[in-house]
Amino acid sequence: MAVETTTRAKLRWGLLDVLVVVFALVPVLWIASLSFKTPATLTDGNFIPREWTLDNYRTIFDTDQFVRALVNSIGVALIATLVAVVLGAMAAYAISRLDFPGKKLLVGVSLLIAMFPQVSLVSPLFEIERQLKIFDTWLGLILPYITFALPLAIYTLSAFFKQIPWDLEKAAKMDGATQGQAFRRVIAPLAAPGLFTTAILVFIFCWNDFLFAISLTSTERSRTVPAALSFFTGASQFEDPTGAICAAAVVITVPIILFVLFFQRRIVSGLTSGAVKG
Amino acid sequence: MADIVLDKVSKSFPDGTVAVQDVDLEIADGEFVILVGPSGCGKSTTLNMIAGLEDISSGELRIAGQRVNDKAPRDRDIAMVFQSYALYPNMTVRENMAFPLRLAKLDKETIDRKVDEAAKVLELTSLLDRKPANLSGGQRQRVAMGRAIVRQPKAFLMDEPLSNLDAKLRVQMRTVVSRLQKQLGTTTVYVTHDQTEAMTLGDRVVIMRGGAVQQVGPPQELYDHPKNLFVAGFIGSPSMNFLHAAVQDGELHTALGTVPIGDRVRRELEAADAPRELILGIRPEHFEDAELVDDDTRRRGMEFEAPVDIVESMGSDKYVYFTVEGEKASAAELEELAADAGATDFAGAGGNLVTRLSAESPVAEGQTRRVWFNLEKIHLFDPANGRNLTLHEGRAAGALAD
Repeated sequence: MAVETTTRAKLRWGLLDVLVVVFALVPVLWIASLSFKTPATLTDGNFIPREWTLDNYRTIFDTDQFVRALVNSIGVALIATLVAVVLGAMAAYAISRLDFPGKKLLVGVSLLIAMFPQVSLVSPLFEIERQLKIFDTWLGLILPYITFALPLAIYTLSAFFKQIPWDLEKAAKMDGATQGQAFRRVIAPLAAPGLFTTAILVFIFCWNDFLFAISLTSTERSRTVPAALSFFTGASQFEDPTGAICAAAVVITVPIILFVLFFQRRIVSGLTSGAVKG
Repeated sequence: MADIVLDKVSKSFPDGTVAVQDVDLEIADGEFVILVGPSGCGKSTTLNMIAGLEDISSGELRIAGQRVNDKAPRDRDIAMVFQSYALYPNMTVRENMAFPLRLAKLDKETIDRKVDEAAKVLELTSLLDRKPANLSGGQRQRVAMGRAIVRQPKAFLMDEPLSNLDAKLRVQMRTVVSRLQKQLGTTTVYVTHDQTEAMTLGDRVVIMRGGAVQQVGPPQELYDHPKNLFVAGFIGSPSMNFLHAAVQDGELHTALGTVPIGDRVRRELEAADAPRELILGIRPEHFEDAELVDDDTRRRGMEFEAPVDIVESMGSDKYVYFTVEGEKASAAELEELAADAGATDFAGAGGNLVTRLSAESPVAEGQTRRVWFNLEKIHLFDPANGRNLTLHEGRAAGALAD
């Protein structure tokens, strides 16, 4: 069946696409719009601000609270992503390449962890972390993040590893590489798109998390932005913090966008083409 | 440069399947040995064991006199060309070829010189900066070879290196491989399932079936003096014709008539446990149009008449397919060969007779033709174990030998 590409069909699909994009983007744009409004015009219902101002942004960067939270967020998310991707890569490689007893069980259990409702773990984690004295520290957030990001990482990565022809690893070994060299110099570069995809997913998960961030932190020492936002009061307690919260929301969206844009270039499909016949 | 010795090498998997069983093979320094057999015969497993990519379950593997069973592939100093070429897609041709040298930690100048030399031999010089994705199948194949020869290993292992090429290129690359091996004089073990490649390339051919070696020898010897039914059916294209033959009163009753037998075969058949039924094997080229046979030759064979089914004129000669009546030859080996060839292709055991007659023969489809065949060239096999009864001290002498 040939796909109809009449002008009318194109128009209809185009309109539908625009509708979906608008539906998805309006809240984001609204937040952005609010963040540029002055307190006086905040509730005037205009989508495009009548009076533009950068005061909200100034406010949030003036308070130590937000900057500190931003640093926490970046630090925690980056470290958790790095560790999860490295561990996940090793585990996924083993799962896709080796046949070992209990492999199915391992994959099953890691799937179970991913499905476990996080909220049911918050209280036990809170107790455990207090006992271990890692409550309200970076480590206290990084550990649960890694736990929940690992299954995700293992799944995505093993799918990528499975696509790499095993002959390449054999060839590397025949060429004189050790197992480690074969992995680092041949397999890992080919799995790079997978590594970056996984990194993005894990980073977004850590960056967006609110539940752990609010439950396992108590001070600015380790509070990440999503949690910090809920404590936002503006410059003084008599001020309406809506504008500032919106500005902060916009600011924390930026790293995600940058992160995705940066890595997107590396996610080139067809990197393995030409390795084997075809 | 080294010799490779397999001493009762076996491979069994944890689930109990035995892939390779007691393979004894001595490959001399500089020799070009082909492992050939249908899929699943253990030839690739054997090669992987030599390479070190598979563990050896029992037996000993020696390269240059040294036991290497437990050595990692990288410590065996052998290079391998894969069926899939296995080029590193993220590296250019130059980087691909330099990879083994870089791992060996040679200095950059030496690496460049060696890569350039190898590229020149394989006519890859103009492609050195390309990525594998931008190469044709034949070029990729040459890069894979280049990566193998560049570090001058003790031996080359090739795992069906030409099977992904189209027919024309395959013939062309066959000569390239052959010339390269002669030029470098490096011990080479080459795995293929294509008997033509096996016949044309190797100094010696090892025929495998079900994990066991069937026969080892120079191609012509395997062709002329097959030890058993399997070897006879596997080597040769079109393959040997097999007919059912019943032993009765010192003669063989076949679909082609009653075939007399000589003293030597008779003695074999007089043994108490001798088979009462045999399989008669005869190659297509040992038939001739009876009109074209001179009297002297005629005496060495016998004649029969059969309806012509199909005539394929090749120019130099004619392949003529006859329909013959009578019982079909049946043996486990023949079924296996038929399965490997894709049943329809393997006419050898059916009611069809493939003959190769002179181009001068006026044979035409639909007519009944008188055909002569050479009794000195026929083989008789025991259907129970496939043994060639006409083989005496390694030479086949036909049914009439005294």
